[in-house]
Amino acid sequence: MAIILEKSFPVEAGAYTTAGEASTTIKRTLKQLGISAEVLRHVSVACYEVELNLVIHSLGGTLTLLVDPEKVTLISKDVGPGIPDIEKAMTEGFSTASAEARTLGFGAGMGLPNMKRNATEFDIQSEVGVGTTITMSFALT
Amino acid sequence: MTVKELCELIEAKDMTPETDKSVEVSCGYTCDLLSWVMAHGAAGMAWVTVQTHMNVIAVASLMEMAAVIIPEGIEMEGPSLEKANDEGICVLQTGLTAYEICARLAAAGLPGKSRD
Repeated sequence: MAIILEKSFPVEAGAYTTAGEASTTIKRTLKQLGISAEVLRHVSVACYEVELNLVIHSLGGTLTLLVDPEKVTLISKDVGPGIPDIEKAMTEGFSTASAEARTLGFGAGMGLPNMKRNATEFDIQSEVGVGTTITMSFALT
Repeated sequence: MTVKELCELIEAKDMTPETDKSVEVSCGYTCDLLSWVMAHGAAGMAWVTVQTHMNVIAVASLMEMAAVIIPEGIEMEGPSLEKANDEGICVLQTGLTAYEICARLAAAGLPGKSRD
């Protein structure tokens, strides 16, 4: 499928104050493309969750936005540390977030389940010591 | 109810004078766990929270909320207020507690968010 748009955003580990900037830019970009409010909302929620996961849990990574005529795709790729037990990480209420993240109101263990709930298709691949890749697509029709 | 009416109802100080006060408020909500709000927030919401950092504005903006209400006279940080002005999110500060704020909103007929 022909790609209409492709943009990548680096996300820094531990950068709590700037967390959400990539998601805000992505939302604005999609709005300009005329994406419907409902799809926009699903993308925004999932995008912010995955961006925060990069800030809270990863050693840094990249968020990539792809748009084709049928769907919006978000790919989050980090450089570690990797998730030892994906099934556990996908469980609502389970979190390994730091005390710092919890003080800010994160770490309710809602991130991954919320991404899955909002995306049309959700895939997570992770290897300890290598990194985690999350691919989410959102149907436009 | 508009944001302007909401502001008067809870005797709040408008911390973001540049934002539009004619925006319609759809429902009320209170929660301090941002990751919970990301899962349960709604467009047009008036959200009461004691959290005051930048991520509050990011969440409110992404969810297209009408206003953030800071209870008990708590001050929101300057950078958060700047961001709120930039993003067009109204921040209201009041001396009332979260409980009193919600009681007034409910008494004025503002619903809670619809359960999904």
